[in-house]
Amino acid sequence: MNDREQQVLDRIERARRRRAGVKEERITLAHGAGGKATSTLIDAVFLEEFRNPRLEPLTDAAELEIGCSRLALSTDSFVVTPLFFPGGDIGDLAVNGTVNDLAVSGARPLYLTAGFILEEGLPVADLESIAASMAAAAEAAGVLVVAGDTKVVERGKGDGCYINTAGVGVVEHPWRLGTSGVRPGDALIVSGPIGDHGVTIMLARGDLGIEAEGLVSDTAPLHGVVDALLTATSGVRMMRDATRGGVATVLNEIARAAEVAVVVDEDAVPVRPEVRGAAELLGIDPLYVACEGRFVAVVDGAETDRALAALRGHPLGAGAAVIGRVAADPPGLVLLRTGFGGTRICDVLVGDPLPRIC
Amino acid sequence: MRFVDEYRDADKARALAAEIARLCGPGREYKFMEVCGGHTHTIYKHGIEDYLPENITLVHGPGCPVCVIPMGRVDDAIHIARQPGVLMTSFGDMMRVPGGGGNFFDSNAEGTNIRMVYSPLDALKIARERPDVRVVFMAIGFETTAPSTAMTVLRAAKEGLENFSVFCNHVTILPAIKAILDSPDQRLDGFLGPGHVSTVIGCEPYRFIVRDYGKPLVVAGFEPLDVLQSIYQLMLQVRDGRAEVENQYARVVPWQGNPTALKVITEVMELRPYFEWRGLGFISHSALRLREEYARFDAERLFDLPGVRVADPKSCQCGEVLKGVLKPWECKVFGTACTPETPIGTCMVSPEGACAAYYNFGRFTRARVREASVR
Repeated sequence: MNDREQQVLDRIERARRRRAGVKEERITLAHGAGGKATSTLIDAVFLEEFRNPRLEPLTDAAELEIGCSRLALSTDSFVVTPLFFPGGDIGDLAVNGTVNDLAVSGARPLYLTAGFILEEGLPVADLESIAASMAAAAEAAGVLVVAGDTKVVERGKGDGCYINTAGVGVVEHPWRLGTSGVRPGDALIVSGPIGDHGVTIMLARGDLGIEAEGLVSDTAPLHGVVDALLTATSGVRMMRDATRGGVATVLNEIARAAEVAVVVDEDAVPVRPEVRGAAELLGIDPLYVACEGRFVAVVDGAETDRALAALRGHPLGAGAAVIGRVAADPPGLVLLRTGFGGTRICDVLVGDPLPRIC
Repeated sequence: MRFVDEYRDADKARALAAEIARLCGPGREYKFMEVCGGHTHTIYKHGIEDYLPENITLVHGPGCPVCVIPMGRVDDAIHIARQPGVLMTSFGDMMRVPGGGGNFFDSNAEGTNIRMVYSPLDALKIARERPDVRVVFMAIGFETTAPSTAMTVLRAAKEGLENFSVFCNHVTILPAIKAILDSPDQRLDGFLGPGHVSTVIGCEPYRFIVRDYGKPLVVAGFEPLDVLQSIYQLMLQVRDGRAEVENQYARVVPWQGNPTALKVITEVMELRPYFEWRGLGFISHSALRLREEYARFDAERLFDLPGVRVADPKSCQCGEVLKGVLKPWECKVFGTACTPETPIGTCMVSPEGACAAYYNFGRFTRARVREASVR
C-alpha cells in the first residue's frame, strides 16, 4: 500500500461523505431495499422537504416530549409477498414491525393504528386470518389497535394486501438512547441468529427450488426482551432492529452516525446452518438479510456480561451473542474479521443483494 | 457447514501463507492473474490478500460474466423488453449493468418487465405458464452457464414452446486469456485458472498458455484455502522454472472436463466470427450464438435489434483493469464518479467485478485495517 493509493482512498472517503442526490429519474426497486439508494432518496426528497429536529436523527421512532411525558412515535408499511409464510404472515409482521421500532427506541408500545390497502379479489378468509393474527400479535405485545382505515384498489394495482401501522409508546427508562452515546470500547450485541426472516421469505416465494426444513420467520415483538436488557443495565447506548438491509446496514448506520469504527468478528455472528446454507447457495451474505425479531445493541464494554446475561435470560434473546466492538479508527467504517482470518470492509449495499451468477 | 468449513480453516491458511512467504525470492515481484470473477470475490470476501507477502500481487482478470457485457448489448436487451408482450428475464447481477440509457431497473421504472431468474429453466417455466407473453432469457456467462442455456433451448424445442427465446451473450474464456497474453503491457507470472469454466472445458485447453507463452496455470477452487493452495502451487512452479497446467480443484474438475456439457453446447450453439467485450474491444471467435436450426429460439433473429455500438465512457478504464494493467483504485474515476451506486464501468457492478469487490471489501489501507482489528 503506497501513498498514491492512500490519496485515492482519502478522495473516495470524501466523496462518500458528500450528500448524494437522486440521479434516477424514476423510482426503482432499489429505492425500497433499505440500502444506499433508500437513504439517498430519504435524504434528498423527504428530509429536504420535512426537515425538523425531531425527524433529522432518522431513528426507528421519533421521540416527542408532550407535557411531562416522553412519547415515541413510529410508522411502517408492509408489502411482503407471499402474505402467508412459515412462522407468520403479513398481519403479525405489521404489528411486530411497529412494536419493535418503538421498543428499540426504549419505549413501551401502547397503541397502534392499522391502514389496509386491499386488492379487488382478495379472499375475505385471507383477510380474516390476517386480522386474527394481528389481534394475537397485538395482544402478545400488550398494545391496542385503536384506529384504522380501509381502501380497496382495482385488481392488478396491489399485491393482495398492503398494511401500514403506526404506533405510539411511552419512554419510561431514564436513559437517553442514541448514536451520540456510542464510544470506542463499547460492545456490539445481536439478540439472536440473523437472517431467518429474509431467507424464509426468499424460499417461500418458491422460485429457488430449495427448501430449508424447519426454518421459520423470526417475526416477534421485542419489547419484552428490550425491557429485560434496559432493566438489567444502564450501559445500553442504543438499539436498532435489523430489518431491511440486515445487521450490516444497522452497523453501518451506527459507524456513520457515531463517527466510529465498528469491528465485527464474522465467526461470532450467530447464523443458523439452514440460513448459512441457503445464503451460500445464493451467493448472498446473511449480514444483509432482513430479520423481523432481532436487534443490535451497543453496550458499554464494562457491562457486556450483564447485558448478555439479561438477553439470554429472555426466550427471544436466548441466542444473543457479542459480535464485535466499537473502535475509534477508521471512523465511519464497518470492518469484518473474516472466519478465514482476513479483514474486509462491510459496506451498505446499493439495493437488494443480487444473487451472483456463478 | 460440511464441504465448506474445511476449506476456510484459518490455521491451515497461516501454515500455507508461511510456505508461500518462504518461496518468495528477495527483491522479486510476483504478479498472478485470477481469471475468474468468482476468485476475485473470494479473495476480497475472505481477506486473502492479508495472508500474502507484499511482493505478491493478484491481478483481477476478465472472467466476470457481467463485466464484459458491452453497453450496446444492454441497450439491445432493453429494446427487446420494450416490444409489446415481452417479458425479459436474466440473472440478478445483470439488473444493474449500465447500458447507454440506463440499466434494467431504470428500464422497468419506465414500463418494461425485466425479471430476475435463477436459471434459464425458470424462464422456460414462465413461458410454459404464461402463453400470452413472449419470454426472452438474456443468457450471459462463460462455458459455465452455456450448457444450461443450451439444455433449456433443447427442452423448449422438445416441448414445442413458441413463446420462448434466448438473447445469447455467452462468451468463451480462452480467446480473452489469449488477448491478455498478447497485449504488450502485461507482465504476468502465471494464472489461477477458472474452476467453474474448467468443470466444463477441462484442463487440456489451457496447454497453449504454458506451451506458447511459458506461463504456469493452476486451475483453482473457490474456497479461500483453494486460492491460497493454488498460489502456493504457482510459486513452486515459478521457483522451479516450470510452466505447467495443474489442477488444484480436482475434487470438482475432471481433467477432460464434461464431454456431455460440451456436446450440448456444440449441438445448440456455434462460435460467432467476433464479439465485443467491454473494455477489451472486439475479439474474434470469442462468443457463442444459436445455430440456424434453433433460429426460432434466437431473440436476435426474432426481434429487430438496433445493435448500436455504444462507446465506453472516455473516463472509464475497465479495459485496463480487466487486462490487469491497472489496479481498480488506479482508475481515474474509481470511487468518485464510479461507485456501486452509480457504476460507469461494469467492473463496478457485479460483486465479482474487480472494482466492486475492491470498493466493497478492500477499500482501505491494509496497515490501518490490521491495526484496527487487533484485539
